[in-house]
Amino acid sequence: MVNYIIRRILWAIPVLLVISLITFSLGHAIPGGPFDREKTLPQEIIANLEAYYGLDDPLWKQYTDYLWNALHGDLGPSYSSRSRTVNDIISEHFPVSAQLGVLAMMIAMVVGIPLGMVSALKQNSYIDYFCMFFALLGVSVPAMTLGPVLVWFFALKLNILPVARWGTWQQAILPAFTLGIGSAALLARLTRASMLQVIREDYIRTARSKGVSEKNVTIHHALKNALIPVVTVIGPLFAALVTGSLIVEQIFAIPGCGKYFITSVTNRDYPVILGIMLLYAVLIIVANLLVDLTYAWIDPRIKYT
Amino acid sequence: MEVNLKERDNEVKDKIIIDERPEVSLWKDAFRRLLKNKMAVLGGIIILVLLTLAIFAPYIAPYHYAEGSLLDNYAKPGAKYLLGADFMGRDLLSRIIYGTRISLSVGIVGALTAFIIGMFYGVVSGYYGGKVDDIMMRFVDIMYGFPTLLLIILLMVLFKSTFAIATPGTFVGYLNVVDRAFGGLFFIFIGIGVTAWLEMARIARGMALSLREKEFVEAARATGNFNLQIILKHVLPNLIGPCIVRVTLAIPGYITFEAFLSFIGLGVNPPTPSWGMMISEGYKAIRSYPHLAIYPGLALAISMMAFNFLGDGLRDALDPRMK
Repeated sequence: MVNYIIRRILWAIPVLLVISLITFSLGHAIPGGPFDREKTLPQEIIANLEAYYGLDDPLWKQYTDYLWNALHGDLGPSYSSRSRTVNDIISEHFPVSAQLGVLAMMIAMVVGIPLGMVSALKQNSYIDYFCMFFALLGVSVPAMTLGPVLVWFFALKLNILPVARWGTWQQAILPAFTLGIGSAALLARLTRASMLQVIREDYIRTARSKGVSEKNVTIHHALKNALIPVVTVIGPLFAALVTGSLIVEQIFAIPGCGKYFITSVTNRDYPVILGIMLLYAVLIIVANLLVDLTYAWIDPRIKYT
Repeated sequence: MEVNLKERDNEVKDKIIIDERPEVSLWKDAFRRLLKNKMAVLGGIIILVLLTLAIFAPYIAPYHYAEGSLLDNYAKPGAKYLLGADFMGRDLLSRIIYGTRISLSVGIVGALTAFIIGMFYGVVSGYYGGKVDDIMMRFVDIMYGFPTLLLIILLMVLFKSTFAIATPGTFVGYLNVVDRAFGGLFFIFIGIGVTAWLEMARIARGMALSLREKEFVEAARATGNFNLQIILKHVLPNLIGPCIVRVTLAIPGYITFEAFLSFIGLGVNPPTPSWGMMISEGYKAIRSYPHLAIYPGLALAISMMAFNFLGDGLRDALDPRMK
């Protein structure tokens, strides 16, 4: 087990190296430099700026310098907002994306898991059909459709919630819901499927025949086991919500990492592009590692060597 | 008593099989089950309608997608414009109808890349196993580490700006001409194709890994078949069903990718009518004209729903155990 974890963590290093190399090359392959956007600067000033940031070095040296600094926790300067470093930018914008992701995840779990459970317990009833239809709807309605509809209805028509921006709890409701509802539907379907499988197991029949009350069977015997596959997707789902929140950030004008990434790409702000990309890659890799570990932790039959 | 019952049962079964049911192939059987699933049939019908709209758009749409009169900008829904007109006085309904072309072609191209590249990649990796598998899957692992949306955004900016300054006549210039002919779609195809095949590769690999241990594959090998023959004749047909299901369920994802790219201005070139771009144009005027953002959004949601309905139905039909 320990060996397995160490091996997985070690394997993350080459993955991150390759990702940084690809991102670095892609970023530098985009024509135009970071200082092209402003009113045309004199050649000498651009040359000075490039020298200051090391942009006149050969590409391989820029890359190795970047890596060296990144290993020391310094993700470099930002070219487009000079007073801030990439570390500043990430520590300012990432918490926003993370908060949004956590809220959406909470909505997904609070709505999705009970819905799936009820559905499974009342299989093939109208409640089941209704819940599963709702889940299918939730999976199919993209943020781009739901966002504008919610804004129109709750913010403009009923005038009870703000249209956009970030900071107060009222401003968080619509975006978190828009982001979370798809995952809620996903969790509902997963919970239902897993619950249906579990309640047909022999140990459930045993519990019932022992005279355990139906409520007890459901909560202590069925639910606990049915939640195994659900718990394991929570990590990757959270990573997907955070890295995918840029759609919602764009719709609701939320100053998160994703929105900043789009701006940085257009500004050719290489260090910011690389920084955010690497941060999200780490998030994804950790989430995937966690799945395997939770599997092993929850289900002792699984052994890793 | 029990024995008798069993015998009778077997007799009945034999009778049914021999007398009333001729030969039913797996696919025919699955298709029959699919037709019994109302949601799946509904999804299929919606997809057929969308396809018809996409193919015959010029005959169905009342106006051309780029045709507009500034006098009619933001016209209310009515007799002249059924769903109203947008900020340039273009008929919204016509643009939505033409928009099916974009979304469907992105969905289909995404599905094809996933299917052709992903499935073959996965099958080869899983079937050969060992070192080959190790190397091929390590590559997939690396690609999996990328935040997909960010990677596609970066690629789109790269494509758009590299090809914008391309000199005509060179290879890059030629690609640019192709992209312009597609209204900016060509690069979206590439961007989505880069990541679309990954999941399929993993799934196909997993199945190929277990299939290659099966007796019938061993028998095929023992009777002197080449690896390629075995893959094509014995391995692929056994995993194509689940792969079709996955691809159908992945199509909504490809469609949202395109819509999102167009939403943030990295997708199709105006005036090509993409639903994502229409939502972003309409969203700017949501205070006064909410329908401009909501109708294309509905079109997007309906088409995604149709593929999800069909995909769910296919899964149940091809694998009755999942039900």
